[in-house]
Amino acid sequence: MSTQEFTLVDLKRILLEGAGADEGVDLDSDTALTTDFVSLGYDSLALLETGGRIEREYGVSLDEEIFANGLTPNGLLTAVNASIQEAAVA
Amino acid sequence: MNARVVITGIGLATPHGLGLDDYWSATRVGKNAIGRVTRFDASRYPAKLAGEIQDFTARDHLPGRLIPQTDRMTQLALVAADHAFADAGVEPGTMPEFDMGVVTASTSGGFEFGQNELKKLWSQGSHYVSAYQSFAWFYAVNSGQISIRNGMRGYSGVVVSDQAGGLDAIAQARRQIRKGTKLICSGGFDASVCPWGWVAQLTSDRLSTSERPERAYLPFDAEARGYVPGEGGALLILEDADAARERGADSIYGEIAGYGATFDPKPGSGREPGLRRAIEQALADAGVGPADIDVVFADAAGTPELDRTEADALVAVFGVRGVPVTAPKTMTGRLYSGAAPVDVVAAVLCMREGLIPPTTNVTLSPEYEIDLVTGQPRAAATRAALVIARGYGGFNSAVVVRAAG
Repeated sequence: MSTQEFTLVDLKRILLEGAGADEGVDLDSDTALTTDFVSLGYDSLALLETGGRIEREYGVSLDEEIFANGLTPNGLLTAVNASIQEAAVA
Repeated sequence: MNARVVITGIGLATPHGLGLDDYWSATRVGKNAIGRVTRFDASRYPAKLAGEIQDFTARDHLPGRLIPQTDRMTQLALVAADHAFADAGVEPGTMPEFDMGVVTASTSGGFEFGQNELKKLWSQGSHYVSAYQSFAWFYAVNSGQISIRNGMRGYSGVVVSDQAGGLDAIAQARRQIRKGTKLICSGGFDASVCPWGWVAQLTSDRLSTSERPERAYLPFDAEARGYVPGEGGALLILEDADAARERGADSIYGEIAGYGATFDPKPGSGREPGLRRAIEQALADAGVGPADIDVVFADAAGTPELDRTEADALVAVFGVRGVPVTAPKTMTGRLYSGAAPVDVVAAVLCMREGLIPPTTNVTLSPEYEIDLVTGQPRAAATRAALVIARGYGGFNSAVVVRAAG
């Protein structure tokens, strides 16, 4: 069976729905993708809300530890896609 | 020492609109802002009227990141705080963060936000509840969000005593300024025109069930039958008078000169209600006598028993028809924690213009021996005003506001 991929477009949409748009942050830039979320202005609650929305939409369970320190948009994309793969194999 | 505490900035959102000019231009002439509830279908509820704030779109005023985490009452409060700072000529970012605090009052908290998330909880499951539910519906959330947005880390808090809270918060702010905090943003906001909030408000049995906006909220009228709820409030920038002068504050609206608060005796005890003592405390605290008060902004509950209590207290302190009394909240409905801060604004603008805004729609019942300003505004030189606010459950508060200069 084919598995869904979690793309930057999906991440941007979920961030917008859950945490709102930050007029000062452009996630399309390469630097933003490798900058941690806290520096981008997303606090722990914003990440909790984002994680919750990803989990219920993609039917995955994300390890809470990935949100602990220095998570970047790229890091989150990788982690979510790994979880999607795991769920597909299981 | 009892330093003077003055109002240097005002921000408000009321059913008359956003900002000082919209509020006063409507209030001074007695314009009605009560209408049928439009924020939800109230046709099957006993109370169908409200004072709603029309045409407020939070996204036009606030950063996108704040929208998903805030209730409507917080969005209104954040915009009012911005207006108050601008009006005071203070850029919060340029002041030491521990010199500035926030003390607000709240009656309901963020009911609309809470309602939406509880609905998701029961219809979809706990995974669908917003993480921001963890704070967005709390009483303290307006103080918290104003503090975070403006970098204010000095003394802050929230007061919960229903409508009286709007004055209790201002008094608490004054206390903390006298202890050394340079500036405090204080006032109150409520906005619970949503089904869950409506049901909660109906439990008091004090809401008017009239469907006619001009006949629904009639304090001190023989036909008084409850009140109409409204949404909104006001935030004031309060500062030590000397500190305000030192920084060259553009405009000083007035001074929070006196405060008193009491709690009613147990119902059925036969003892006198606490309101008279609250008024006398406020006058004593301001160092003035009844003759020094030029106008009273009444609580104006709109139910016969509570109107009687207030009229009795006013006659006991000021004598029969001893002072002009008004209730401009008849135009907007009662704004809960937001009502008294709005009345404080009305008081300073009344003193500035020399015009007492009217109590609208009311024909004074002959059983109340008060000088109620009804129908038309009244021109009068006013230098000191008394603002009264009572909260459900027995809270009585009074503040004396003195004109600037």
